[in-house]
Amino acid sequence: MGVGIIVEQLNAFYGKTQALFDINLNVAANHATALIGPSGCGKSTFIRCLNRMHETIPEARVEGKVLIGEFSVYNGTSATQLRRRVGMVFQKPNPFPTMSIYDNVAAGLKLNGFRNRRQLDEIVEKSLNSSALWDEVKDSLHKKSGASLSGGQQQRLCIARALAVQPEVLLMDEPCSALDPISTGKIEELIFQLKEQYTIVIVTHNMQQAARVAEFTGFFLLGKMIEFDKTEKVFTNPSDKRTEDYVTGRFG
Amino acid sequence: MRTRFQQQMEELREKLLRMGGMAELAVDRACQAYTERDLGRCQLVLENESLINAAEREIDEMAFDILATQQPAATDLRFILAVTKINADLERVGDQAVNIAERVMDMIELPTVELPVDIARMATAVSAMVRRALESFVEGKAELAQAVLEMDHVVDRMRDEAFIMLVRKMNDEPQVTQQALDALLVARNLERVADHATNISEDVIFWVLGADVRHHAQSAASASLLPDTRKQ
Repeated sequence: MGVGIIVEQLNAFYGKTQALFDINLNVAANHATALIGPSGCGKSTFIRCLNRMHETIPEARVEGKVLIGEFSVYNGTSATQLRRRVGMVFQKPNPFPTMSIYDNVAAGLKLNGFRNRRQLDEIVEKSLNSSALWDEVKDSLHKKSGASLSGGQQQRLCIARALAVQPEVLLMDEPCSALDPISTGKIEELIFQLKEQYTIVIVTHNMQQAARVAEFTGFFLLGKMIEFDKTEKVFTNPSDKRTEDYVTGRFG
Repeated sequence: MRTRFQQQMEELREKLLRMGGMAELAVDRACQAYTERDLGRCQLVLENESLINAAEREIDEMAFDILATQQPAATDLRFILAVTKINADLERVGDQAVNIAERVMDMIELPTVELPVDIARMATAVSAMVRRALESFVEGKAELAQAVLEMDHVVDRMRDEAFIMLVRKMNDEPQVTQQALDALLVARNLERVADHATNISEDVIFWVLGADVRHHAQSAASASLLPDTRKQ
């Protein structure tokens, strides 16, 4: 099951440049939360702080507190432990190109030393079912490589790969920006189903997508969280004029 | 800045204002026709109804296109929803003007009698409501719209008084029943126009404040979203 995320006084830096300023946010468990804002506003930096990917960039650092359920992200726990709890899907689908579909999904588990073949089979099938890809690939699991799939299928394969390690949280950084409308529709439908089991945080430039899939929406601008509210409120009657100007296309 | 979108929104606003002008004029003409027993004005009202109907279709079509192609949000979304509803109310205002004009055309055939109601005063109040409701839309001011809501009670009272007086007149002088009945129906038509002006004002409040004040859900004044409380 998904867990809530608590973020307190989060500040992120790239060298001397501050990218996030005092972000405070409570992400509800088993809901989809969308983060919107113009390019460079800090929404991707924020999401990367939730699974410590931010610190993979030289001279990048983070201050503040992030709790994934009871688990403190910046309190001495290892990134590997953390990333078993927090899966991530990126803008461009990135399956391991030389691996079969099966091995792509099983990769995380195998890396963690999981070797039981029968259980691996079960988890791969379950993950591909959860990402709505099983019916399309079940006959070519070992024959085809991940890279041979279409863009939309590759993205669902990446979602299956993230789900295989049974995370509590799924981070999605513009997961549909490289996909056609049909594939986008499938991913959105998937998000709708997945939030019953996972907590989902999605960064998107597509405001209609945020409005369609998320119960809560946060608006970022210049590294600050300007507004966080129920999605319908943000898109029909936002409290802050800057949010209003952004969602109505007056800037951004 | 979405220039094309803003142009479309401005065009939609102008179309609705033109329609508002036509509906307002129709009510004024119908009321003048009543007080002056003027057949010419009645015919003008009937002739212009088709223009109002055409404008209604045009506005709906444009609002539909904008919704489908621009996916408006927040104040823009509320604006378009308000426009489509105001559009329907204005068309109904036009219908009520036609009803009054038709009633006047019947009345002109009958002998003139003295009736204990001041339809002209009621018509002035109703016209003012329609005008102010449209002003509140033009200026995007919820306060003006709220003032219209308060005027509706005054018109309701006028209608109730007219009913009492006219029914009494019909009982006392059955020979003027037809004229009294016509006046009663005109009072009812005017009260319906006032209701449409009230609906328009409620839609303006929804557009400007995002507050639903229909059916006395809340007043604009008590809505927690007054513009001056917004962070700028």
